[in-house]
Amino acid sequence: MKAESFSFAADDWRAGIFTALKQQGVQQMAYVPDAGHASLINACHGDGDINCTVLTTEEEGVALLAGAELGGQRGVMLMQSSGVGNCVNMFSLLKSCGFPFVTLVTMRGEWGEFNPWQMPMGQATEETFKRSGFVVYRADTGEDAAAMTGSAMRLAYDSNCPVAVLLSQRLIGAKDF
Amino acid sequence: MQMIGRREAIAEVLTGRPDSLLVISGLGSPTYDVAAAGDVAQNFYLWGAMGGAASMGLGLALARPDARVLVITGDGEMLMGLGSLATLGAKAPANLAILVIDNEAFGETGGQTSHTGKTTNLAAVALACGFKQVATAHKQADLDAVKQLVLEDAGPVLGVIKTGSDELPRVLPERDGHIIRNTFKTAITNQQHGESK
Repeated sequence: MKAESFSFAADDWRAGIFTALKQQGVQQMAYVPDAGHASLINACHGDGDINCTVLTTEEEGVALLAGAELGGQRGVMLMQSSGVGNCVNMFSLLKSCGFPFVTLVTMRGEWGEFNPWQMPMGQATEETFKRSGFVVYRADTGEDAAAMTGSAMRLAYDSNCPVAVLLSQRLIGAKDF
Repeated sequence: MQMIGRREAIAEVLTGRPDSLLVISGLGSPTYDVAAAGDVAQNFYLWGAMGGAASMGLGLALARPDARVLVITGDGEMLMGLGSLATLGAKAPANLAILVIDNEAFGETGGQTSHTGKTTNLAAVALACGFKQVATAHKQADLDAVKQLVLEDAGPVLGVIKTGSDELPRVLPERDGHIIRNTFKTAITNQQHGESK
């Protein structure tokens, strides 16, 4: 079943992330929407070989991709930094069973943030991942984002560990109101 | 009216199960009930990750459309993942079933009354989320219909077995998650390749 195809804008660095996910054989993508992920979400929906699931809360995605791995499929979760705290206890599933896991996280609450309510979780994101046993990458350029996504998939699925790639707010652009 | 015994009910649902039936059990008594019914490699026992059982079932069901996935969990675990019923309804995998053993209490922590013992009807919630069918067993005679629903009917479906809140002897399967995962993966990967055991 081929869904409607999607084309990235010429200057959209998320095209490199999408290529890396395809090269690594991702078959399931779970997400809580974020504007910074919008084109990547559309690209995944437009790909007939990636099964996309929209979540009500991010912790569902941790369990969902663990289930996918049990069934032999590779996955990725897209979320915003404010969702990381929602996952903390569910991350114990990854550590307790040695599940591979990759998440790409658009950062809020760091670079030129307008909304003070984004600051607490944004500032705690990296530490939260590290304390939950993740390898953490931080991408400040589009080129890094693509390379780190490919590396994260290999670390996770070849070396059985959870990996988070933080897409910095400086890269994404601070939100204007 | 005689209450349904949870352990007997789960044994009845799982009697004669095919190798292609993949079971995920929610933490606490459902894990003990599923293990007591037969400790087979096609069981994935959760000992934590409360609220995640249904979502885990969804990921597995999407990855393995050739298999039937049955999540057996308790009312407290299902309530913690109530939003996942919305996700399952929207995604609508035909090969996924949820079976809630509903004792209307948090049995592991002292038997405090849960929301299903007050106002929440999980079958009604699932139906409102877009599940294809739901059924609730209040007495022994209702069990056959629930078994048919969760093993055969097109999903997503959700069955509820109303049961008593008596605490039964614990039947403790493997607790090491790495072993549980490897055992389960090895069994179902071999099946996929036609080496049925």
